[in-house]
Amino acid sequence: MPITYTSHEQVEVYRFSPPAAVLIPLIAVFLQAFVPLRFHFFAIFDLPLLVVIFFGVARRNPVSGMLTGAAIGILQDALTPSVPIGVFGIANTVVGYGASSLGVRIDVDNMASRFLVTIFFCVVHEITYFTVASGLVGITVHWSWPHELASALANAALAVGMFAILDRFKQRT
Amino acid sequence: MENLISRYRNLTILAILLFAQVLGLAIQVKRSSDNTTTRLIRIWAVDAVTPFEKVIVWVQNGTRSLWQGYFYLRGVRQENRSLKQEIEQLKIERASLSEDAHQAHRLQALLGFKEQYIAKTVAAQVIGSSGSERSRSIYIDKGSRDGVRPDQAVITADGVVGKVLRGVQDHVASVLLINDQTSGVGALLAKSRSQGVLRGTPTGEVVLEKVMIDETVEPGEKILTSGGDRIFPKGLTVGTVTRVSPGPELFLNIRVKPAADLNRLEEVLVITEEERREPAVASTEHLRAADILAQRLPSVPDQPAEATDPNAPPPPTNGLKIAPSPNAPPSAPAASPVETKPATEAKPVATKPEPEPAKPQPAPESTPQ
Repeated sequence: MPITYTSHEQVEVYRFSPPAAVLIPLIAVFLQAFVPLRFHFFAIFDLPLLVVIFFGVARRNPVSGMLTGAAIGILQDALTPSVPIGVFGIANTVVGYGASSLGVRIDVDNMASRFLVTIFFCVVHEITYFTVASGLVGITVHWSWPHELASALANAALAVGMFAILDRFKQRT
Repeated sequence: MENLISRYRNLTILAILLFAQVLGLAIQVKRSSDNTTTRLIRIWAVDAVTPFEKVIVWVQNGTRSLWQGYFYLRGVRQENRSLKQEIEQLKIERASLSEDAHQAHRLQALLGFKEQYIAKTVAAQVIGSSGSERSRSIYIDKGSRDGVRPDQAVITADGVVGKVLRGVQDHVASVLLINDQTSGVGALLAKSRSQGVLRGTPTGEVVLEKVMIDETVEPGEKILTSGGDRIFPKGLTVGTVTRVSPGPELFLNIRVKPAADLNRLEEVLVITEEERREPAVASTEHLRAADILAQRLPSVPDQPAEATDPNAPPPPTNGLKIAPSPNAPPSAPAASPVETKPATEAKPVATKPEPEPAKPQPAPESTPQ
């Protein structure tokens, strides 16, 4: 399906019930912390990031997108004891802002656009994380384009299925 | 100005949010030794996530033990048989090793050596991880109420896992794994005894640093903790050398495979108490190490009283049978026990009395070096 450029009036803006808005990010962070213990390959996914992208493109409100990103990112940081709080926060804030701004301009409700948007924001997230971690905090971060692209592709594939499930929680405004 | 802000409202909010977080990062980096500023946020986050993890681990363990203990008992008889065989083999090995251990303890006691003992451990379940490829840490279900404190060593039966980080809560603690890039463990090579620092890499591998390039290190060599970091007791297994190559400057680049499977941790032990004490000498307390050494060394046969050299020093009064130094001339006085230190590797040498009692016998060729 083509990615269509739409006017602001054409796109639908969704909202989420308060329990869904709180529990979905919490469950994502929980799964991200728990599942890699049993299935190590799962560490390549970034469920909290996918939730940030999903909320961003669904709400299409940059302020709410970046606030959601900041909150989820700081929660991730808080669970990562060896990294100062704010590294994931900044990366997810940027992604939240970008995803919601993009959601206003293009139709991101079809699978192909979701796949491409997720790849794009995964790379943006990694670049922002790398910049903040190595530039501001002084953490040595390993950068490998093949790994980052593979990770982005894996996340995009997961996002297509995950977004379809999360669509059920959308409520039209 | 107001127009400008309202026009770029979203960008302004983005800038404020980013600035606030960058400021927060700067404060944390500056106060890196004291993380109390972020402690509360971390506690809330951990409190929000770990209860679910604990419940899932509890259900998982319950189901597994129910299945394995009551339903899936296939092969238990065969396993029991093979375990019994293994016990028998271990008993034989133990018998041969115990004598060496006793001797080692006696020698340590003789030298006033104090060993580090793991006095107390706490078993803990792994209930979560940081969930990021960038940071390698786990959460365990034991905290300060169970005696867990920061900087305590965490191990498994296979080897070293990591150390407890600051911010230990009542029933939860975070553990920095040895393959995290911020971790460091004092380690030594089992064969060459060269010391180095074990570090994690950004990709999650483990390397041994600061080993000089002129050291001989081969793949397969074991790596143990050196005790130099004052966190891990000396002698715990860390891993095995997998690859050795020349590294930067004058050091080797040594890749290490951790002994503990850090990707599949379920249960760990936290060393909550260590003890430094002199080794206990068990059954043969009446025998001193010097006696044992003297027995194993070639000795001067008892001389008839009339043949004794009048210039010779008086015989020792402590009951020691002193061996002559390998390099000493035949007429030289017998070596002191200190000089026989290399004899820790000595093999028992049979000596037979010589027919000419007047001359002390030179050391046999098989005298230990």
